[in-house]
Amino acid sequence: MSQTTGTVAAGGAHVAHAAHHEEPGFWRTYVFSTDHKVIGIQYAVTGLLFLFFGFSLMMLMRYQLAYPGTAFPLLGKILGDSRMPGGIMLPDFYNELGAMHGTIMVFLGVVPLAVGGFGNFVLPLQIGAPDMAFPRINMASYQCFFLGGVTMLASFFVPGGAAQSGWTSYAPLSVIASQGQTFWLIGMIFLITSSLLGAVNFITTTIQLRAKGLTFMRFPFFVWAQFVTSFLLLLAFPPLEAAGIMQLMDRVAGTSFFLPSGLVVSGQALTNAGGGNPLLWQHLFWFLAHPEVYVLILPAFGIVAEIIANNTRKPLWGYKPMVYSLGFLGFMSFVVWAHHMFMTGMGTAMAAFFQTTTMIISIPSVVILTALILSLWGGSIRYNTPMLFALGFLPMFGIGGLTGLPLGLNVSDIPLHDTYYVIAHFHYVVAPGTIFGLFAGIYYWYPKATGRKMNETLGKIHFWGSLICMNVIFMPMFKLGLAGVSRRLFDGGASYAFAAPVLHLNVVSSWGAWIMALFQLPFIINFFWSIRHGQKVGDNPWEATTIEWSAPSPPPHGNFLAPPQAYRGPYEYSVPGAAKGFQPQFEA
Amino acid sequence: MEIPYTVEVRRDTGLTNGKIGIWLFLASEVMLFGALFASYILIRTGMPVWPRGDTILNVPLATFNTIVLISSSVTMVMAWASLKRNRFGTFRVYLGSTVLLGGVFLLVKYFEYSHKFENGLFPRTSNFLALYFTLTGLHMLHVIGGMAVNAYLWGPGAKLWKTNPEWFTNRVENSGLFWHFVDLVWIFLFPTLYLL
Amino acid sequence: MSSDHAAVDHAADIDKHVKIYITVFVALMALTIITVAISRLHLPVHQAVTIALIVAVIKGSLVAGFFMHLISEKKLIYAVLALTVAFFIVLLFVPMLTHNNGFWIH
Repeated sequence: MSQTTGTVAAGGAHVAHAAHHEEPGFWRTYVFSTDHKVIGIQYAVTGLLFLFFGFSLMMLMRYQLAYPGTAFPLLGKILGDSRMPGGIMLPDFYNELGAMHGTIMVFLGVVPLAVGGFGNFVLPLQIGAPDMAFPRINMASYQCFFLGGVTMLASFFVPGGAAQSGWTSYAPLSVIASQGQTFWLIGMIFLITSSLLGAVNFITTTIQLRAKGLTFMRFPFFVWAQFVTSFLLLLAFPPLEAAGIMQLMDRVAGTSFFLPSGLVVSGQALTNAGGGNPLLWQHLFWFLAHPEVYVLILPAFGIVAEIIANNTRKPLWGYKPMVYSLGFLGFMSFVVWAHHMFMTGMGTAMAAFFQTTTMIISIPSVVILTALILSLWGGSIRYNTPMLFALGFLPMFGIGGLTGLPLGLNVSDIPLHDTYYVIAHFHYVVAPGTIFGLFAGIYYWYPKATGRKMNETLGKIHFWGSLICMNVIFMPMFKLGLAGVSRRLFDGGASYAFAAPVLHLNVVSSWGAWIMALFQLPFIINFFWSIRHGQKVGDNPWEATTIEWSAPSPPPHGNFLAPPQAYRGPYEYSVPGAAKGFQPQFEA
Repeated sequence: MEIPYTVEVRRDTGLTNGKIGIWLFLASEVMLFGALFASYILIRTGMPVWPRGDTILNVPLATFNTIVLISSSVTMVMAWASLKRNRFGTFRVYLGSTVLLGGVFLLVKYFEYSHKFENGLFPRTSNFLALYFTLTGLHMLHVIGGMAVNAYLWGPGAKLWKTNPEWFTNRVENSGLFWHFVDLVWIFLFPTLYLL
Repeated sequence: MSSDHAAVDHAADIDKHVKIYITVFVALMALTIITVAISRLHLPVHQAVTIALIVAVIKGSLVAGFFMHLISEKKLIYAVLALTVAFFIVLLFVPMLTHNNGFWIH
């Protein structure tokens, strides 16, 4: 009783206060905002910048891989003698670039864009909420991410350079590595904190703030994808945080969590207590890093599903199996991690366990991919740019997923582990896989965020160029790996006689990478040009059915002019006998 | 713009946003300390010999600390119960006691740590000590965090009681959940490190 | 009014809760004494670990069940915690199992 009147009084006071409220200044609107849309754009733009930076690191590496030991024009002078004396890349610098490329792409690029960017911007709109459940925690999560990014970038400038023990930071190498590794660990702690705060927000928001009538089985698939992703982040990241703390203790406090006894470095025995276990690091790292790869793909599945339903003008095929597969996939992702550790001396019983769980986890992935492909059957397909990227995603993820199978089986992993085959496999899933999904999402939701569409011609150039180049870069790597060329070799295998017949493939991949960089220019130009000059659109330019398309483009603070309600499922396109070609979820 | 279910519960879940949020956070904390316990298990089972806790650590002091922390959990839940009974004064006494007991816990840990350091026992000395310092150190950071939130709710944060008592009570409850969790971790840490 | 009756406990309910809190407090004290006393027996490691774990689980359950009100919590919270406990157990034991089944030399 007193509760209701209290709320009304508080609400009334709030409205009255708002009438006198000034417009918040520049800083509160664009920098220190608690609005999920602003935070989403902050994540997305920062993530894209890191993606391009991480890509640049790789383009530098690709010169060394294509033409090992030759001088790189110009940059040699800029980067100095400690890294590129006479313009020739030193192996340590190559390792630095490699470790940071991986770290930046995964933790500073893809996840912030896919989860922080798309999740933040789209999720509340798609469930009909005014904002996230915890807007200030949302702002804090971006700030943690930003600090983590700054720390990672700063590490390039410390003596000895940035982390150079792989994005996997295996002990004992990472423990004895130079100062940059400490920065990596501190950066990771910021990033993990950011993800944990975000995960709590997303899960609470999805459960509590969904609109009236929006039951769980009426969720757009994108919402389910972000929901499961958040659980993965919530429960899988903390062990890596613990491991990071222990590695920091090893490096800074002289402990031996990961240092075995009797370690000798450069001819000198270490004076630490010993008795530690390098494999402990691997277990804790992969306990996160395996669910992490599903964090990388699930949002892309979600985006592609939305775009396919919309541009085939028909419901997704197998929505329920897809949703159950998501849940099953999320659960299984916690019990497969040691398939990254088959070569560590594991016995046959545990190897059998992990390869079995790994084979089982391929099933839900296949269900989801198959359902997406079958969703095309009988559709009235509109080949706009988002749809092209979504369509491109399907076979590319297919290749990536299928090539993972021999890696997941213990015996076939033996010759393939840590070769270029692995690099090809995971890049196919993440690069023409996830990143294509993210590009699709940008083209698709850009009109909602800005009120204007991106240019179709530039989009198509971006798509075809990227699709061809991705395959030019990564397809040869399967051959390279099958020939036995290991990953993380600073000369791409040039010092091994057995690699001689396949070395030319390095040149092919490198040119593919450099040309792909050129094909990103239409995208970058399009992105900025369209803010002012793109074709203006209304609320629902794609004639879509999900709730975000009932909000103005761009949505105001609070998102909806009136609280939306869900009256039906998310993909009521081309319903037989209906008056209109599509029944939006939000229309009575 | 009001975010719904901040104070009142959503009918179909029966929960407020804050309650779900804090439990989700605690779930992540279970995994954090779980990883450290897993590390303890892996490292200890990998060593041929491992010292029994009471040969290196001070069991009576830690038993006292265990009693202190459990008591602080009782005062914490009593603080919340007092708010439910509309007894703000009693609430302040109980919450204040919770913070004070937390302070006692920290003081005891300070004595434990400095005694170790004075005797040349550091994290780098052995894996037993590395695990001891890291596990209790991380736990201690959580104690400090919980104390900070409780101190805020006792002090400046208590203003909310006048304008929105329901919301304030929920905040105290959620802070209490975090505090009980910190106690829960210690209930497992104490025997693991000191008694086994 | 009716939407939040769940959040409003009546004074009598709180009195019952308070009695429970005091009982649990006493039980926790007793169990603490017990676990320290048993440790003094210096039992063989396996037994010592098992007993200490059992006592700790009982203590933890009391704190979780009564102080954290888990005993009367909503299904959603139970679901989240069940999932967490499952992964917690995997994390706790699988690395060790992997090692005992392997060829790691110290």
